[in-house]
Amino acid sequence: MANSSCSDIKVLGAWPSPFVMRVRIALNIKSVKYEFLEETHSSKSQLLLQSNPVYKKIPVLIHGGKPICESLIIVQYIDEVWSSGPSILPSDPYDRAIERFWAAYVDDKIFPSMKLLNTAQGEEKTALVEQVTEGLVLLEEAFQKSSKGKAFFGGDRIGFLDIAFGSMLGWLRAIEKMGGVKLLDEAKTPGLVQWAESLCGDGAVEGIIPDTEKLVEFAKILVKMKGH
Amino acid sequence: MVEEVVVFGVWVSPYSRRVETALRLKGVPYKYIEEDLGNKSPLLLKYNPIHEKVPVLVHNGNPIAESLVILEYIDETCPQGFPILPKDPYERATARFGSKFIDDKCMPAITQACWGEGEASDKAVEEATELLMFMENELKENRFFGGERIGMVDIAANIVGFWLGTFEQVTGVELMTRDKFPNLTNWSIEFVRNNVIKENLPPREEMISYLRKKRSAR
Repeated sequence: MANSSCSDIKVLGAWPSPFVMRVRIALNIKSVKYEFLEETHSSKSQLLLQSNPVYKKIPVLIHGGKPICESLIIVQYIDEVWSSGPSILPSDPYDRAIERFWAAYVDDKIFPSMKLLNTAQGEEKTALVEQVTEGLVLLEEAFQKSSKGKAFFGGDRIGFLDIAFGSMLGWLRAIEKMGGVKLLDEAKTPGLVQWAESLCGDGAVEGIIPDTEKLVEFAKILVKMKGH
Repeated sequence: MVEEVVVFGVWVSPYSRRVETALRLKGVPYKYIEEDLGNKSPLLLKYNPIHEKVPVLVHNGNPIAESLVILEYIDETCPQGFPILPKDPYERATARFGSKFIDDKCMPAITQACWGEGEASDKAVEEATELLMFMENELKENRFFGGERIGMVDIAANIVGFWLGTFEQVTGVELMTRDKFPNLTNWSIEFVRNNVIKENLPPREEMISYLRKKRSAR
């Protein structure tokens, strides 16, 4: 597996997508080279439609011609295939279950609220800020338990939940900027504030999470396109 | 150390039945606690404070919530027993994808199709049909989604294998007909006949009674 050629491994994605970021971070952790095929926002490529007929969404990992879809499933696949590299999921089954639980929580609760917050106004916006903040406070507790005083959810090195939640940091900051709100807060989520800094400085993450300004610009374009 | 396994569930829930099925497949003895969702027990709220839902598995005092997370946990803590997930990473990814597809897409569409009203329900019937077709084509003429034996996707697909039939009977909505879905229909027959699965399904007549009461209460 260590000698797979780069063309053997393709990632279908787009630079703003936090879900795509997850896959790229995971491949970086394993030092796996890949070909990045950028999808345009306005139309989906034939390759994407063929590789992910069910959801027609990015990211898709294509390994030896076989497609794998859904970011968290792809990350676990990467961990299992390149098993000689640094582990992404913890070894203990209970710790694995806890990380999977919280990763699902990020996707099912935090991300949808973040998305809505992006375009919300007035009372709805206030309610969503509260919702996201409450979710982050829960993640703060999980972080304190999981990290046991170390830098990441995964301990000394970034792991599954670091990737799952860390991939959201770019958009979290962009939403804070656009909405003039504070979501990650020194007072309520001190551990996560530190963690965010450590994560963004990690070698595997470098260059993956776009600058806040770039995402803000992209969000503005999206809003114009949708005619809001 | 004596292993203590407790499952919090409700008898009508496909989600909690999934957990019980997995434990039985592995031959793990457990204590079952039936919850009243209208009056949740302090223990349930303690063990699942985030979602306050069933199922919850508590293993030696350590709680895990979310049925698909629990299934993987059970498989990983009993690696020698009946395999729930396959060994090959690509097949595992496919099984995880299939299970998530059932929860994220099929469940909501089937529920809306059978229990929704008017245009929303009609749209959902269309959507559910499309989604079931994905499953039909994925299954092909295999005995189970797991191949020769049941696996994670079969366990997750319990709503299609059993509950869907009861919904159809009570609401009159027809989704999974034999001529449209020959593979799925054959699979569902095999599914409910499987020894371990059938021990873990609610009695059909009681399920139908329960659904009828729920329907008339609306």
